[in-house]
Amino acid sequence: MLHIVNKSPYERNSLESCLRLATNGSAVLLIEDGIYGATKGGSFEGKVQAAMAGVKIYVLGPDLSARGMADRVIDGVNVVDYGGFVDLVAEHSNCQSWL
Amino acid sequence: MKIGVLVNEGPYTHEASDSAYQFTKAAIEKGHEIYRVFFYHDGVNNSTRLTEPPRDDRNIVSRWSELAKAHSLDLVVCIAAAQRRGIMDENEAKRQGKDAHNLADGFRISGLGQLVEAGIQCDRLVTFGD
Repeated sequence: MLHIVNKSPYERNSLESCLRLATNGSAVLLIEDGIYGATKGGSFEGKVQAAMAGVKIYVLGPDLSARGMADRVIDGVNVVDYGGFVDLVAEHSNCQSWL
Repeated sequence: MKIGVLVNEGPYTHEASDSAYQFTKAAIEKGHEIYRVFFYHDGVNNSTRLTEPPRDDRNIVSRWSELAKAHSLDLVVCIAAAQRRGIMDENEAKRQGKDAHNLADGFRISGLGQLVEAGIQCDRLVTFGD
């Protein structure tokens, strides 16, 4: 399962809910304002670090760059472009957008 | 792979219309088939040809129309959501006794069944919204 989260964890609790419910081996892609969940230094970083034990975290590069956050990505989070987004959708048997 | 796209947010709101467009474009470039893009809720506002953004801004509506023309995309607008928001094609305007219609090139108006069908026919359905 690919989970797609598009809101900042500092604005909504969708990423928190997603990480709580995502099963081991699934993937989480952070897009739009969701990219703030992949950045270092905030109070949410620890939750993402802990989640990485069970799920793979991806973040959309163009959305990071648009917000000036490209050099603040948490170690171990994978940066993808739109082509990589498409590949993630294709690789997983289904996808869920946390709106 | 057959991919369906669902757009639930209007243009120039947050980023869903842009994300959906960039995703659709990248999927086509990767050789996937975009079976349908369905516009629902405020997403129907992506289909009004009367939008006129500033010249240095992207034109979200015509960008969809151009992509549809280049790749024969099926862009479907939910009729009930469209009627609520004043989006109509020529036939619908006539039927409702309106003096104007505003559906942009490349879009067509249809029912929610088209979304259900896309969900059944597609290998993946990707939702963009608020």
